Amino acid sequence: MVNMENQIVTLINVKKYFQIRRGIWGTIRRLPILYAKAVDGVSLAIYEGETLALVGESGSGKTTLGRLILKLIDVTEGYIFFKDILVNSLKGEELKSYRRNVQIIFQDPYGTLDPRYTIGGALKEPLIIHKIAKSSTERMEIVSKILEEVKLVPPDEFMRRFPHQLSGGQRQRVAIAKALILNPKFIVADEPVSMLDVSIRAEILELMKSLKEKFNLTYLYITHDLSTARYIANRIAIMYLGKIVEIGPAGQVIDDPFHPYTQALIAAVPEPNPENKFRMRELKIIGEIPSSVFIPSGCRFHPRCPFAMEICKRVEPELIEIKPNHYVACHLYSGNKRYEDTINIPDKFSEIISIRSSKA
Amino acid sequence: MPLLEIRNLKTYFFTTKGIVKAVDDVSLSIERGETLGLAGESGCGKSTLAYSIIRLIPPPGKIVSGNIFFEGEDILRLSEEEFRTKIRMKKISMIFQGALHGLTPVYTVGYQLLEVFKYHSNIEESKAKEIIVDTVKLVGLDPSILKRYPHELSGGQKQRIMICMAILLKPPLVIADEPTTALDVIVQAQILNLLKELQAKFNISIILITHDLGIIAELADKIAIMYAGKIVEYGKSMDIYKDPLHPYTQKLIRSIPRLKEDVNKLEFIPGLPPDLRNPPSGCRFHPRCPFAMEICKRVEPELIEIKPNHYVACHLYGK
Repeated sequence: MVNMENQIVTLINVKKYFQIRRGIWGTIRRLPILYAKAVDGVSLAIYEGETLALVGESGSGKTTLGRLILKLIDVTEGYIFFKDILVNSLKGEELKSYRRNVQIIFQDPYGTLDPRYTIGGALKEPLIIHKIAKSSTERMEIVSKILEEVKLVPPDEFMRRFPHQLSGGQRQRVAIAKALILNPKFIVADEPVSMLDVSIRAEILELMKSLKEKFNLTYLYITHDLSTARYIANRIAIMYLGKIVEIGPAGQVIDDPFHPYTQALIAAVPEPNPENKFRMRELKIIGEIPSSVFIPSGCRFHPRCPFAMEICKRVEPELIEIKPNHYVACHLYSGNKRYEDTINIPDKFSEIISIRSSKA
Repeated sequence: MPLLEIRNLKTYFFTTKGIVKAVDDVSLSIERGETLGLAGESGCGKSTLAYSIIRLIPPPGKIVSGNIFFEGEDILRLSEEEFRTKIRMKKISMIFQGALHGLTPVYTVGYQLLEVFKYHSNIEESKAKEIIVDTVKLVGLDPSILKRYPHELSGGQKQRIMICMAILLKPPLVIADEPTTALDVIVQAQILNLLKELQAKFNISIILITHDLGIIAELADKIAIMYAGKIVEYGKSMDIYKDPLHPYTQKLIRSIPRLKEDVNKLEFIPGLPPDLRNPPSGCRFHPRCPFAMEICKRVEPELIEIKPNHYVACHLYGK
């Protein structure tokens, strides 16, 4: 069950800038160093037992955010907490034990499995690295149990197979098994079904849902597909150019979206209704997501926004509450409660953070 | 006379491990200005069918038998040279799957568009350049894009260039193989709108191939559902969405997550699509079908007309 008291993952003003290579010519001419601001100030609380969907187009920074949480890459600025552990500074053994708690399912089921390993061999790896199970027979038992959980039965047969002998759906099940085998508490699922056929997606989503209940997991479900997000998630956060622009309960965000960008995303989703043939999709916004190197001033959505006002060019809007638990960063709306204020910072760190932020 | 008529087409791949019957006895027709949606899971043979029409089957694939009539002429009887100069790009063109990688990185976009004229028509260069500029505007791009290289374009722009290329010689039939797969939803909607516009303007026929029935609904007049190299249901788009007859079609439609409806449990199709080297006996869907009967294992059902213009290959609907 979702417990809105217990934050499992907390992000405070997280930023990740990637330096753009200038090349030799650029260095000689001393061109300014440019940065791609993939994640540009995200504060977010993920609660124990929930599924939070992080929805955005390619280039919105959603995948980078997922990788930051796993500490696959380091933050440029800001703090990431897992329960009351500060993830930023983890090293060595501590980082290793953190990774037992936090796992990831990648998008591409064809690229994530080493073609030279059998499924059994691939699944054994994490057990060896983390020194779980004493003997090889014990490891095999764990592997076959997890294969059964993801419904790759009979497990003995699948253990001996190589990735090329599996279909896309089966490979994604292996990826899920691999993420689950260390008994983690939190899983980042980065577009786990976007490369699969629609008919297989449903099956994988169902599996993820039932595993979540069984193992008491919390998911961060990263996707560009609002319909699967609605299906699997409790809350949805919409990301645009490195920032969260809207966050709220899944049904509410989709049925009653506030941000013009969210509205546009929803209007663009194709529905299996043959009458759509006779009408054009009404797309109020034009163009594509701009580069994260040159982020527009003020509200970063204003150049594409049909409702842009004078203030939007100058002032960056904050996430404020419009409806209970439903926050929007847009100057069209006003409210008093800031989303940031609802995030709890673990006690032992609250002091450091307040000192640092007051200095800045 | 239909614009394109496929009769009993069989395209097999002769691999070292056996014969893969990717397209096995398929018949279809498409009228001028009509959109046919071709839907099915990966590996059902829908792309192979498209490549057969434009005669670009990679070896070891081969068209084994059947006819494809285009404006009454059997285009499978033409020599490769005749097909290239008379039909490909001029009469039938294709927007390829993964079109984002369909442009060469070493040439400008304009040069690549000009190449189409070089190989498929004998219009002089100055005239060709005029046509290119007009077509680029038509797909909603600024002609300055012609001087740029593919890596300077966004995904949506590249896809527009691919569409531009496909309609350069104003062919009456365009085959679009998963034209929006790698695109974001908003760009996808823009591209679908563009296809609708072009169709209204030039009365183009489109064969739209995808595994996503949500996208087919946006464009198709007719739908053919393919399973394991065969067409299992074929009819008007309205009929197929409102009243799907084949159990496979029913499942496919019910497995789509809907945005506006609260669905608690999605349906899915258990099992895997069969190995086309050795497809199941009888009805190829029977191992996954919830209504499978004794006869399904033995007798292969034929595609029969159950309702006016609504064909289905299933033993549940007998004479």
